[in-house]
Amino acid sequence: MANNVVRKRPLHRILLAAGMWLIPVVAVIFGAGNWLPPLASEHGAGIDGILRYLLITVGALLVIGHLVLGYFILRFGGQERVGPFRMPSARTERMWSLVPVVILALVAEGGVLVLGLPVWDKFYASAAPADSVVIEVTAEQFAWNVRYSGPDGKFGPTDPKRITLNEPLGLDRSDPATKDDILVLNEIWVPLGLPVQILLRSKDTLHSFFLPNFRVKQDAVPGMNIQFWFVPTKVGTFELACAELCGLGHFEMRGLFHVLPREEFQKWLSEQSPAQ
Amino acid sequence: MALMQEEVIRAGDSESQWSPALDNRLVGLWAFLATVAMLFAGFTSAVLVRRTSPDWQPIPLPGILWMNTILLIASSMALERARALAGQERPREARGWVLAAALLGFLFLSGQVGAWQQLRALGIFLPSNPHSSFFYILTGVHGAHLLGGLFGLGYLLVRPRRAAALNLWATYWHFLGGLWLYLFVMLFVV
Amino acid sequence: MLTAPEIDPVHAPTGFIRRYIFSTDHKVIGMQYLLTAMFMALVAGALAMLMRLQLAWPGQKWPLLARIFPDGMAGGVMKPEFYLSLITMHGTLMVFFVISFALLGGFGNFLIPLQIGARDMAYPFLNMLSYWTAVPASLIMLASFFVEGGAASAGWTSYPPLSAVREAVPGSQWGQTLWILGMAIFIASFTMGGLNFVVTILNERTKGMTMMRLPMTIWTLFIASALGLLAFPPLTAAAILLLFDRHFGTSFYLPAGMFFGNKLLPHAGGTPLLWQHLFWFLGHPEVYVLLLPALGVVLDILPAFTRKPIFGHRMTMYSLWTIAVLSMIVWGHHMYVSGMSPYVGEFFAIGTMAITLPSAIIGMNMIASLWGGTLRFRTPMLFAIGAISLFGTGGLGGIFLGNATSDIHLHDTYFVVGHFHYMIGGVTLFGLLAGVYYWFPKMFGRMLNESWGKVHFWVTLVGFYSVFFGMHFIGLGGQPRRYYDFTKFEFLKPFTEMNLFISIAAFVLGAAQLLFLLNFFWSWFRGTKADSNPWQAATLEWSAASPPPHDNWGEKLPVVHRWPYDYSLPEATEDYAPQIAAPAGGRSGSWR
Repeated sequence: MANNVVRKRPLHRILLAAGMWLIPVVAVIFGAGNWLPPLASEHGAGIDGILRYLLITVGALLVIGHLVLGYFILRFGGQERVGPFRMPSARTERMWSLVPVVILALVAEGGVLVLGLPVWDKFYASAAPADSVVIEVTAEQFAWNVRYSGPDGKFGPTDPKRITLNEPLGLDRSDPATKDDILVLNEIWVPLGLPVQILLRSKDTLHSFFLPNFRVKQDAVPGMNIQFWFVPTKVGTFELACAELCGLGHFEMRGLFHVLPREEFQKWLSEQSPAQ
Repeated sequence: MALMQEEVIRAGDSESQWSPALDNRLVGLWAFLATVAMLFAGFTSAVLVRRTSPDWQPIPLPGILWMNTILLIASSMALERARALAGQERPREARGWVLAAALLGFLFLSGQVGAWQQLRALGIFLPSNPHSSFFYILTGVHGAHLLGGLFGLGYLLVRPRRAAALNLWATYWHFLGGLWLYLFVMLFVV
Repeated sequence: MLTAPEIDPVHAPTGFIRRYIFSTDHKVIGMQYLLTAMFMALVAGALAMLMRLQLAWPGQKWPLLARIFPDGMAGGVMKPEFYLSLITMHGTLMVFFVISFALLGGFGNFLIPLQIGARDMAYPFLNMLSYWTAVPASLIMLASFFVEGGAASAGWTSYPPLSAVREAVPGSQWGQTLWILGMAIFIASFTMGGLNFVVTILNERTKGMTMMRLPMTIWTLFIASALGLLAFPPLTAAAILLLFDRHFGTSFYLPAGMFFGNKLLPHAGGTPLLWQHLFWFLGHPEVYVLLLPALGVVLDILPAFTRKPIFGHRMTMYSLWTIAVLSMIVWGHHMYVSGMSPYVGEFFAIGTMAITLPSAIIGMNMIASLWGGTLRFRTPMLFAIGAISLFGTGGLGGIFLGNATSDIHLHDTYFVVGHFHYMIGGVTLFGLLAGVYYWFPKMFGRMLNESWGKVHFWVTLVGFYSVFFGMHFIGLGGQPRRYYDFTKFEFLKPFTEMNLFISIAAFVLGAAQLLFLLNFFWSWFRGTKADSNPWQAATLEWSAASPPPHDNWGEKLPVVHRWPYDYSLPEATEDYAPQIAAPAGGRSGSWR
């Protein structure tokens, strides 16, 4: 039938096999690159460990899969039948199915159970240590309102009914707990090596507190007070971004996260004038 | 060659080798009922989540709901009677019972609107609190489905069909009756 | 009790309207869906091109575009509100109005009766209704661009409060309301179609067509329809509640204390997480509703171009069912950092990793299906192999995201965008295109041009990898999603070239699809004529004429004697036996 004439040794046999083999080459080149933002937190090392583990194991699967695919195309492409075709038995097919099952169970499920859960538990399910620097962050369209509790260690009460343009958090300035609170806009200052506990809130819609260098991400949900903690391990100024679509200014909700040596942080803290 | 021979059967002989145990339309109806069930499963999970909020304030049960429930149960019973009669080849009597079921169903729907009015008289409107919101919305969605059923019964009355059609609408109707009992319990008992 | 289908096989409709507009013929309806999908793909694709234009050259003036979009690009520079409506509608249209229309509405309708030996679907009138419900849904979505505030802008995921509060973003005025209505009507259309598919496949199979003799296309359509029927309704419920939060003062998703537009909103007690749970309860199975039929198409095309059955037919079947069932209990992996309980998150991570197992079986089986075959590299086969590659690459990327801990870093970055485009933009697209090239002769009695097809394949494959592979890596670098531009952050500056490269690759990828459209319409009228079985394939539809008559089979319905993959039988003189070919004495002479 004219519709189905096939040339021997078709061009596409070579082309397609080459294409399938090119993909793993590209994958390895990309995978070997240094893409992660410089790490600056303790638990982040655990996350980076998982990412690297997956890049290697999953990357290997991608490479092997494409090499095999390309090889099969090369070997079986063409008009000639390579030997008589024998249908594999059901048992053979079942046995071969064990291969991906075992590999993925180890790589994927193993990755979750062995590498993932311990880090996850530490980040989410363990209480913040007593010496944490506690910082309240209230996200809004399109800024980060940062508050320190001051020497009394207490955050003054907020009430949405008191919110105005001049009073973005709805603070009661006459409340004693509020008097020593320190308010900062779009900047957070923390000491090196001490746990930082964030009390995350939102004033309007969903936002997400994303510190790429610290491998920290947590959605800010209006109506919820969400707490999490982490330990900065590098001095420097890092960026804070919003990672949950929040409206027109989502792309420019930029904050700065400063990690200072401990004495300098104390100095900074003492220099801040509290909310009056 | 033997391999290429077709065996043919005549048009109209649409026997499938795999005889369907159930009529086409019944299978379709059950699939549709599964869909409706999932709709209310979605609503149920919304209720369960919303109930945990401190602002959950149960509304009083509008008294007319008891009568509405009895009306709906009665309408299902009427429809069952109609089904039995149709099965006994007594279509005219069956029609009478279908009419009764339809009237009872119509009274149910009116009673549901009555329940809304009872709440409004107490100053409880749709947005008043989450429980009232769910009550209005769930009774509304259920009522809309029942209205569809009412149209079906009306259609049966106007254009008498085979017993199979009555079967289908009766199944749908009973399902909605059961669904109402479920909603009643979920909203006011549990 | 047995019922004959209520279709009169002999009397075809007359008149243009009854034949081509309000037709109950599944083949016409299938083509209507396919053509509608192609039109919506042009729209959704154009939206993507505009998005990539902005991301490659942020802040650039485009005077020509300012004339086409006087609001969104006033002064020639794209406004953030316009950008957000682009991403929202690109996603919404592609997922529901392109892929679902094309794979399920198009192929499902066209193929099911033909592949099972029926004359039409179980409910032809309902079928017509499903298409003519899909059309208003599409029109409503398109109309939403022209209302005040523009189209919905809260992402295709429509999370409240952004989608619930009209002041939160301009698209949340009327655009979001129209989005909700369009989705509700779409779901009604899908439900009608899904019911039809399920009942038809169960009840309308011809004599000899047992369930185990059904081709993979039918199996996957069956599973996808059942999945969709069960998964869509909670989204309907969620949408109804969102509508009430938006317009009637309720507080399902809206907590107390929200301050928008200089005023405190009166809502109280709701939680945005409720929407996320309800949405993703559909959202996750939905991707399998799209993916499974694409896999089914690939699994049916491979045998015709390898001249052998696929490897592991039974294991593949079990895996498909397992994926479908598991897909209903893993939705929380979209919500790891949402504020949901971390213990629940752990549960979802473990379940999500479980899905990799049957998926890997299917992937391996597809690759292994080439072993021992006689490969024929026609365009359908090229796209099928491309789909295998994309399934592997994309699916493996999913492992990074399913692991909750690594997802902390990757959530809402371009890693996610890369991953899901591979799956529901790659595998589904390649499956779709493979299917179009394969079944075009059955639909139109002509062949698509093979050379253009090959060019289309290569540009699309290379283009696709060029656009979406790199996204995984800038995602590792932390580049967030849904950003109107990337110039405000230092840590994003290293990715400027990559973003530019991706945009250019996207333009090339888009242009290649225009080539396909040209091929499609030219070949429809001027393509080489095809006979009933140009691919020498064994499935039942190839025993009908190309194109089939109104009643599909003429006077006599076919009778089936074998499964759909009898290629290269040992004792045969032909290298395949169609399903209607009687075995030479009892059950011998067939692989199954």
